[in-house]
Amino acid sequence: MSDDRSEPTTPTRRVLLREIAHARAGDKGNTSNVSVWAWDEGDYTLIKQQLTAERIKAAFPDLIQGTVVRYELPHLAGLNFVMQDALEGGVNTSLNLDSHGKSWSYLVLGLSIELPQNRR
Amino acid sequence: MLRIGCGAGFSSDRLEPAVDLAERGRLDFLVFECVGERTLAFGHRDRKLDPSKGYNPQLAARMRAVLGPARANGTRIVTNMGVANVPAAGEVVIAVARELGLEGLKVACVEGDEVTHLMTPATPLFDNHDRPIAAVGRPLAGANAYLGVDAILPALASGADVVITGRVADPSLFLAPIVHRFGWHQDDWARLGQGTLVGHLMECGMQITGGYFADPGDGRKDVPCLADCGFPIAEVAGDGTATITKLAEAGGCVTSRTVKEQLLYEVHDPAAYLTPDVTADFSAVRMAETGRDRVRVEGAGGRPRPEQLKVTVGFDGGFLGEAGISYAGPGAAGRARLAAEILAERLTRKHLPANTLRIDLIGLNSLYQTAGLNAELSEDVRVRVALRSMQRDVCEWMLWEVESLLCCGPAGGGGYRGQITPSVVTHSTLIDRAAVTPSVRLLVA
Repeated sequence: MSDDRSEPTTPTRRVLLREIAHARAGDKGNTSNVSVWAWDEGDYTLIKQQLTAERIKAAFPDLIQGTVVRYELPHLAGLNFVMQDALEGGVNTSLNLDSHGKSWSYLVLGLSIELPQNRR
Repeated sequence: MLRIGCGAGFSSDRLEPAVDLAERGRLDFLVFECVGERTLAFGHRDRKLDPSKGYNPQLAARMRAVLGPARANGTRIVTNMGVANVPAAGEVVIAVARELGLEGLKVACVEGDEVTHLMTPATPLFDNHDRPIAAVGRPLAGANAYLGVDAILPALASGADVVITGRVADPSLFLAPIVHRFGWHQDDWARLGQGTLVGHLMECGMQITGGYFADPGDGRKDVPCLADCGFPIAEVAGDGTATITKLAEAGGCVTSRTVKEQLLYEVHDPAAYLTPDVTADFSAVRMAETGRDRVRVEGAGGRPRPEQLKVTVGFDGGFLGEAGISYAGPGAAGRARLAAEILAERLTRKHLPANTLRIDLIGLNSLYQTAGLNAELSEDVRVRVALRSMQRDVCEWMLWEVESLLCCGPAGGGGYRGQITPSVVTHSTLIDRAAVTPSVRLLVA
């Protein structure tokens, strides 16, 4: 991904979100939601800073036709992204093999995160 | 303490783990959740073709397998397998009960969810930018309101061994037995919110016991014995707090991770999860691993239920044609791309309506083409063409075009397959509660 927006002040290394979080996608009509959960609660803030609703929207401009809203569950170290008009019409209309967008969780987990070099 | 098991999380879910729960789950209730937007629309289509159909095709098989042990163990069954034809489904359950010699078995049919007759060409569809039904331009297949616990409770009060419904909100299938057992008031929003949390966590079956979770790699997402994953059990206390678990001998796992992922599955605002029963608030849910495969959940809240009911409106979607041809070995991606270009050129000469044709390269971009991602290393690529049309012969023509590449396409193409399946389209609207009148009919075997 070439959409990284962070401006680190300490040396960083780039990892896929999948290394530090897990996720699940769900569908309702033409709306997809992907919940993202930090494996280590200590990474929640970092993920929250870098994985903004704007970044998700910008990463998949043709796929996500509508707005992206992010909800936060800090005590569970989780974020929920709700993407409107993001399922190519929805389960009964889409011509995509994955008409539910079940694999959208791995679209998000495939985005990159800058980790501080000094992180454990 | 109330023990509720989930015996199906969707229409085609596995059977044997449900039998395991009926036999060894020591359950008060076994719930089968089998209706989605898609299955409901197909139910209407099936009923139109044959008035004795339109319920879940696995209903008889499921009942034949679980009715005996469930009755022996005092486990009552709640299911939405009536789909678009609850009366016919009720008769099927009675027939199976008689076949098994279960004389006196009582089946309660919950009806009143169908509101097709209340739909008009002007009815606005909120998931289609409030455009009216008429603008969809397709024949209406059927419309069903999401019923809630108030529709199911009289069926439970009747003492029925099996409660069979059509469209009800998924969590309500679980919340109803909880409300029935503990006598909660139907405006006790906090408890209804907590009970809805339990229903929401349980409604997708194995998605909380390790299904839809495994991701081999560093071991963090390993799931033991996924081939024989068990369905979940909820142990619910009178205040609605619950422990999610499974049979010890069943495969799968219940951890705070599997519970977290399911907590927000198909949820938008965690603080406002709308059902016919309550506006549930999952934003302060707490969870704790209290033992092996045991996760305690609490802390959900609730506010008054929505004034209106959601309605799924199904339309005839015509036909979906799908066809494919594969290329492998050196240069496979290039040959597959050439095949795709040829098909795109020839198929678009027909002036098909917009967004009715799609060509994917399986192995390169079968799922993420629209997301703009392409894998580049595959030497095993399948061209897949999908075409939606109200006319079956247009789909047949597409299949012919793909098959013709066997002789006149790029080198080494093989493995042609094509199929045409009937299709449905669904949208959503809202309806006043007063317009919907649920009812219960009791059948005895």
